[in-house]
Order: sequence, then structure tokens, then C-alpha cells
Amino acid sequence: MLTLSLNGDKMNLQQPDSLSQLLEKQGYQAQKIAVAINGEFVPRSLYEQTSVNDGDQIDVIQAVGGG
Amino acid sequence: MNTETIQNDPLTLYGEHLSSRFLLGTALYHSPQAMCDSIAASGCDIITVGLRRQSPKDNSGDHFWQLIRDTGCKLLPNTAGCKSVKEAITTAEMSRELFETNWLKLEVIGDDYNLQPDPFGLLEAAEQLIKRGFKVLPYCTDDLILCQKLLDVGCEVLMPWGSPIGTGLGLMNPYNLKTLRERLPHIPLIVDAGIGSPSQACEAMEMGFDAVLLNTAVAKSQQPEQMALAFAKSIEAGRSAYRAGLMEARQTASPSTPVVGQPFWHNG
Repeated sequence: MLTLSLNGDKMNLQQPDSLSQLLEKQGYQAQKIAVAINGEFVPRSLYEQTSVNDGDQIDVIQAVGGG
Repeated sequence: MNTETIQNDPLTLYGEHLSSRFLLGTALYHSPQAMCDSIAASGCDIITVGLRRQSPKDNSGDHFWQLIRDTGCKLLPNTAGCKSVKEAITTAEMSRELFETNWLKLEVIGDDYNLQPDPFGLLEAAEQLIKRGFKVLPYCTDDLILCQKLLDVGCEVLMPWGSPIGTGLGLMNPYNLKTLRERLPHIPLIVDAGIGSPSQACEAMEMGFDAVLLNTAVAKSQQPEQMALAFAKSIEAGRSAYRAGLMEARQTASPSTPVVGQPFWHNG
């Protein structure tokens, strides 16, 4: 069992996933997003080969209005 | 601005020629339609955008992305809310991928109360981001030395504040802003933040600033579309006035109507 933080909310995973699997399960696959794990940017090209680990803090962001 | 004016007086930022000297933010509008109408009325070429965490159940990010893409404007993502160099760099990298641009409005905030830029963090972040290929437009204070050091690390455009974000207080320190204009005559300078009324934007342009960036004054007005148009006109008027050359102010009156030949005037 892994415990993660996704956008500040705790979540549990039964088994390790790749980042792309996690995003797909969470419903992000069709959306225009960018991701950071533990404060480090993860390029989209690395989602498949990036594994998520116990204690990771994952931020998934989307476009919003800004000044 | 009409085509003739653009050709005679282009605004060039990082080698790109722009047809408008008005940069508009995309936050705080009462509706997406109000935002789109305001952008259209402003005639701006560049709009600022942000990024935030979002739930997968909420696809407003995708909707917003489609709206801003359809405006045809160049996007200038910001790093709003970042308080450290690391946060700003990570946010910048995420923005570059998300918005597909290496242009960046760099914000590193040093104080929660007035959202004042942290000059030390800003300089360090700017240097690192420029090395990573970003075209950095730093949101900075009006401190001349900071601005000179931002140029030294490779910034080609500076965006000093007029006053704190969202205050509408206008040009808080005209002396410092005039000093920047005088000491950095060939650097594109954009007054960013604190502008509350078209007259304040016009004042910045009359002072010789190259452009104005604002958001709240339009978005929170009663009629954002109309206010966007008002700002566009004031910015254009201010620019024309600057190019025309303002008269020197004087302390004593000087008649504009000729004195010679005045009727009913007799010597003794």
C-alpha cells in the first residue's frame, strides 16, 4: 500500500503505478495538464517511465485566468 | 492602433513586433464571455494567464484553454504566488509545457501583505530561467539597481510595478519610474500592476513607458468590455503624447493669446 498526496489530498494505491497510469485512473488523460512530483517538473514525455512512490506529493495543474 | 501607427511606432519585445501597447490579464472576470469581450475590445496582442491545481472532475481548465486559444493572442504565463526560486522555476517549466511558450511573466513574491516582489529571489530565478531558454519578463519593483541587474542576467524587458497588485493606486512613485525611463532609454519598460484608471495608464505612457499591463481595473469594473476600450484609448493617447513631446510645466502664468494689439489697453 502506498500513500500519496494528489493536489494536496491524500490517496492510497494498492500497488505502484506509473505516472501515466495514475493520471489515467484519476481521469486526467483527456485534459491539458502539467505535472510536478515533489516540487520537480515532470515532462509529459516521461509520464510512462516515471513511477510514483510512497509519500510522493503530486501536483497536477491546468490553465486558469491570471494577471 | 491603426496599421500606419504600428509601422511607425512598433513595440518590440524579444524580437517580436506587437501592434498593441496594452497587455491584459484574464483573471477576475464575472464570466468567461466578459473576459473574451474585454480582450477583443482592448485590441491587445498579449494576455497573461496562470495555472493552478485542478480536480479531474472539473474540466474548466480545458474550457479556459480553448477560450484563450481562440482569442488569437500571444500568451504570457505568470508564476503568480511563487515565493521561492524553486517554486518559480518549477511553475515556469510547467507553464512552458502547458501553454507551449517560453515567454514568462516572472513573479517571485516577497511579502504577502503588499505582494511586493522579492528582488533577490527574482534576480536568481531570472538568471536560471534565461539559461533554461525562457524569455523572462520580470515583475519587479521600480528600483533602478535591481532593474540594471535583471538586464545584466539577460532580461530584455522589465515590468516595474506602478503600485501593489490589485490596489488601483496608480503610479505610486513617479520619481523612480521616471528615473528608470531616463536611465534605461532603450529597454522596453512595461508598467505592471496597480493601475486603476485609464488616466493612470495614460500618465505612464506619457512618462515614456512602452506599454501597460493590467487586469483588475478592467475585470472588476462595472462594464469590463467598455473599460477595456477606455484603457486602449488612454494608452494610445498617452503614447501619442509622449511621442509628440509634452510642454515643460512652469510655475507662472503665460498668456496664450497675444498681448500686442489688445483693445482697451492704454499706456498710462
